[in-house]
Amino acid sequence: MLLALTLSRPPATDLGYLLSKHPARLQSFELSFGQAHVFYPEATCERCTAALLLDIEPTSLVRTKPGGFPLEHYVNDRPYVASSFLSVAMGSVFSSAFAGRCGGHPELVDQMLPLQAELTSVPARGGESLLRRLFEPLGYELELTRLALDESFPEWGDSPYWHLRIKAETRLRDLLAHLYVLLPVLDDEKHYYVGSDEVEKLLRRGAGWLKEHPERELIASRYLKHQGSLRRETLARLREDLPDEQPPTEKVERLHDLRLQEVLAVLKESGASSVLDLGCGEGRLLQLLLKEKSFQRIVGVDVSSLLLERAAERLRLERMSERQRRRLTLRLGSLVYRDRALEGFDAAAVVEVVEHLDPHRLSAFERCVFEFARPGTVVLTTPNRDYNVLWPALPAGKVRHGDHRFEWSRTEFAAWAGGVAERHGYQVELRPVGAEDLVHGAPTQMGVFRRDH
Amino acid sequence: MTIKLPDFTLVLLVGASGSGKSTFARRHFRPTEVLSSDFFRGLVSDDENDQAVSTQAFETLHYVLARRLELRKLSVVDATNVQPEGRKPLLALAKKYHVRPVAFVLDMPEEVCLERNSARPDRQFGRHVVAHHRSQLRRSLKELVREGVREIHRFSGPDEVEAVSIQRVPLWTDRRGETGPFDLIGDVHGCYDELIMLLEKLGYRDGRHPEGRRAIFLGDLVDRGPRIPQVLRLVMDMVAQGHALCLPGNHDVKLVQALRGKNVQVKHGLACSLEQLESEGDAFKRQVLEFLDGLVSHYELDGGRLVVAHAGMKEEMAGRASGAVRSFALYGETTGETDELGLPVRHNWAAEYRGRAMVVYGHTPVPQPEWLNRTICIDTGCVFGGALTALRYPERELVSVKAREMYSEPIRPLGGSSDRSLQQQHDDVLELSQVLGKHYVRTRLKGLVSIREENANAALEVMSRFAVNPRWLVYLPPTMSPAQTSARPELLEHPDEAFDDFARQGVERVICQEKHMGSRAVAVVCRDAGTARSRFGVEGAIGCLYTRTGRPFFEDQLLELAVLARLQARLSSLFEELNSGWVVLDCELMPWSAKAQSLLRGQYAAVGAAGRAALSRARELLRGQGELEQRFTRRLEDLDSFTRAYRRYCWRVDSPDDLKLAPFHLLASEGAVHADKDHLWHMEKLALAGLHPTSYRVVDLSERQGAVAWWEELTAAGGEGMVVKPLDFVVRGPKGLVQPALKCRGREYLRLIYGPEYTARLGLLRKRGLASKRSLALREFALGVEALERFVAREPLGQVHQCVFGVLALESEPVDPRL
Repeated sequence: MLLALTLSRPPATDLGYLLSKHPARLQSFELSFGQAHVFYPEATCERCTAALLLDIEPTSLVRTKPGGFPLEHYVNDRPYVASSFLSVAMGSVFSSAFAGRCGGHPELVDQMLPLQAELTSVPARGGESLLRRLFEPLGYELELTRLALDESFPEWGDSPYWHLRIKAETRLRDLLAHLYVLLPVLDDEKHYYVGSDEVEKLLRRGAGWLKEHPERELIASRYLKHQGSLRRETLARLREDLPDEQPPTEKVERLHDLRLQEVLAVLKESGASSVLDLGCGEGRLLQLLLKEKSFQRIVGVDVSSLLLERAAERLRLERMSERQRRRLTLRLGSLVYRDRALEGFDAAAVVEVVEHLDPHRLSAFERCVFEFARPGTVVLTTPNRDYNVLWPALPAGKVRHGDHRFEWSRTEFAAWAGGVAERHGYQVELRPVGAEDLVHGAPTQMGVFRRDH
Repeated sequence: MTIKLPDFTLVLLVGASGSGKSTFARRHFRPTEVLSSDFFRGLVSDDENDQAVSTQAFETLHYVLARRLELRKLSVVDATNVQPEGRKPLLALAKKYHVRPVAFVLDMPEEVCLERNSARPDRQFGRHVVAHHRSQLRRSLKELVREGVREIHRFSGPDEVEAVSIQRVPLWTDRRGETGPFDLIGDVHGCYDELIMLLEKLGYRDGRHPEGRRAIFLGDLVDRGPRIPQVLRLVMDMVAQGHALCLPGNHDVKLVQALRGKNVQVKHGLACSLEQLESEGDAFKRQVLEFLDGLVSHYELDGGRLVVAHAGMKEEMAGRASGAVRSFALYGETTGETDELGLPVRHNWAAEYRGRAMVVYGHTPVPQPEWLNRTICIDTGCVFGGALTALRYPERELVSVKAREMYSEPIRPLGGSSDRSLQQQHDDVLELSQVLGKHYVRTRLKGLVSIREENANAALEVMSRFAVNPRWLVYLPPTMSPAQTSARPELLEHPDEAFDDFARQGVERVICQEKHMGSRAVAVVCRDAGTARSRFGVEGAIGCLYTRTGRPFFEDQLLELAVLARLQARLSSLFEELNSGWVVLDCELMPWSAKAQSLLRGQYAAVGAAGRAALSRARELLRGQGELEQRFTRRLEDLDSFTRAYRRYCWRVDSPDDLKLAPFHLLASEGAVHADKDHLWHMEKLALAGLHPTSYRVVDLSERQGAVAWWEELTAAGGEGMVVKPLDFVVRGPKGLVQPALKCRGREYLRLIYGPEYTARLGLLRKRGLASKRSLALREFALGVEALERFVAREPLGQVHQCVFGVLALESEPVDPRL
């Protein structure tokens, strides 16, 4: 909420010309979200500081629904932090400085000046390392103080906020442009809608520095609220060759595809014509099932209506032909409640689902699937915990996903699967999925259950 | 002539056009009971005489008829019904919904019909139509019985029609007017000595009970046992004197056929009966035949709350009459498979039973009678050396007499009992259809509470993925509304408004309880692991601590166990006093920081840190800037107050001893939901446990000053404020159920809700609608209490779950989160 700009070469009051704001006066400006005040705590020949102070009424930031209640929490850091609100205020209050206009002293605009910017409560998602990676390549010297969450509770640790001072010999308009772009990037948040005109704004404010910045991809991505198409457009226009994307989850993605292919193969082999996808999520397996003519009745079940909506979008349910449409049903359901609509199917896939259930719900899951729904074939996959030691990024003893309630070793899975098969009249065959390690097995384990009669 | 017509009957009027069917229907039945083909022609096409729309008209008529029969409503079909293909779908519906079809045939002379039609300008069709109808009618008369019509009344000529009157009588199975009390007795099979001992134990003297109780015999009086005639004589006597009711069993029915001389396979059991009856003489045999033959398949009793039948009764068959109903009552259902002994596998209808009525039956010997979904089989195989068992109704007490010997070799061994009850095994799996989609939950406090589909959908995910084991989830607390917004310039909430609210509802005394700022916790605590197993069906636990949304309170199971163990020790005298192995407590667990750690760090402390740093630096730089400096000084003070407000509710927790648990409702214990006690009782009982106390004041609403001063004192020190409740747990006022509680939160505490600086903008915040919050609070309150009532009454878990699921569903209803 506070930006203090300091010029420390005589006559330091040149800062007043550069900003087109008289050092002797406090000026206030109306903005859509509150007021901005510009004043000079110090204005001597040696040193001159201009402060831009945002005065945002906390309750006014909370948008309300037509029903009359707020969407966000009233206890909100926005009024106090350096965020896109500050960028917008800078752009509006210092518009001539941004544009490189300086009435009376045009020569100042292009002068390299010893400037310092002080910012209070800068939210930096990425911490000190990100702060340095963003500002140091631009030639700034940084002075950083991290704020504690609450000094009365040292055990709570640090807050995500920093008190930041950056110093450099630079042009004022460059300093302003850097801050304008980088504050929302640090915050990884924007208070307004981000559309294609943000690409123009970013290219304009980034002119002359963004192209060379080593973190340009991260900057573009965060500034544009992670909208892939906008980011790609920006980077292309920065005339950079786009290096191939290297998302960190690539290995995981490939494994998932492989898993689905194996599941599909088992289902086809079983000769099933009606298939359940229990825990269908966004419908990636459903997509594959739909392509196979042999599956005449396909039902995707998930416990989340949000995921089912996404599945409907992904599968373009609305635009499907009537014939295709008849083959597929998306159904809200739960694998720990008995659902009579799931009875009488030839086969069921349960891909990476059980590990998301609390152990005390496994008996209900078992009875719902194997006793009541009772499909002829059940294909079930789950992570193999033994393999986790080979996962480079995974700390020892941790599960692969925050929501995994457990991960079974191969022995544990075999014991569970064997018990289920025996209790409910199935034969089970266990198979590895993914590249097999001699000692630790494959990343995924699969159980294929076939009903005795 | 008077015709007695059971009040659940499908009446077919049969007659040619002009035979007077509609007039007959009008005279004897209510307009809504009569489904006339002409009316349905009009309904679908605006023309009652348009024969071209008959298909659509009859489809609609059949649909409406099906719904009426489903609801057990007497229905009259007013159509010519002279053709078999027209009657076929009607009789199929009769079969499906187990209703007796009765035909009234209006066999009028042709001239009468023609004359009546000629008087109607819209019925100008030729004579041949009537003639044709009449010839079809004559043929029909022979076919009706074969088609399954049980009773045919034929009237030839207007005089006979004129002379008839119809008297509605209850269906023979309908004894809903008889409320008991009853003693239901399982399969006797000629075990006279045990029967005498059992009747004695039940308090009967010479076949009658001094308090007017009546025995109900669940069939199979005969076969296999040693003293069949004596049993028959006693039961027949008791029935004749009005001291007993008797149902037929499959063995009784077979004996009837044998006595009639029918060719039946005489196995050992039946041979015993025939042999023993031989010496009793023909007159007695005739009496027995008449008695057993006259028995009614099943009875509905006590306002429909009790259904009795030999082999059980499905919900969709109870109180209906058909061959299928009788067969189910006598034999139950088989799956078509046979077991390893070559005996037919019985379909477990009780596992599927979802009806509201209690069903008591026999037929299948069980080692121990066990409740399952409000049904119970009390045949404990006396004749096989087991016991003769009675169930006292409505007390639900079982009374048994051991067999003196094994009179007959059991065909299959009486199974051993499992360590978990039938109901507990059944409750492993809950039914989706009981919770999903728009549905209604019947509550004692507030009638039907409706749950919207979207809300149920949202709750399904939480319940399936995040909730504790549903066996522990016997209650969820309701949301609580604040008092009306205060008009005082400095405040949003003040006790006066809460007091006024309650006074308007006729409440005279309230209890004000200090509002602890922690996290809501429901504690289910058992005296020992054995109780957890036997009462809750959970292995290896002594209780459960969960949040107001049904999630585990602690992620750390050891911590949960430690807290529960401490609680268990504190509650030992309460277990004793309440004579209960378990209790359910509604509590606040402190500190707030124990549960809300991520919220505190991610939101409250973070906002405090960011605000303090920014505002204090701003104030430094603003020195000498006049009004603006003052403004930011004020803002900084507000922010500091905010920080102080949340800090009050935080402290370091290094061991379970640092946690404070403050229970304020002793919700339920074995046999009782304590919603019938006032809050003083709750406070006093809980004080005995010596847990963190909740300070309180009982306030007469004409003398409020003390309470207001107390609130001011609490909140001036930064306290959250207080909760005001009518002294009685459940109160009804002129507008129905009264809010169980209203909260009055302090000025400083509200910074955590409305933002650090809300006091600067009080005026804007005053407009807040409380209506939907209050309506939710009442519905959730009713559902929560209902869940407990059902649990205490040992209803199936699905019935309890439906209520807590409802609370969770309602909680997804969007309301202002600051209230």
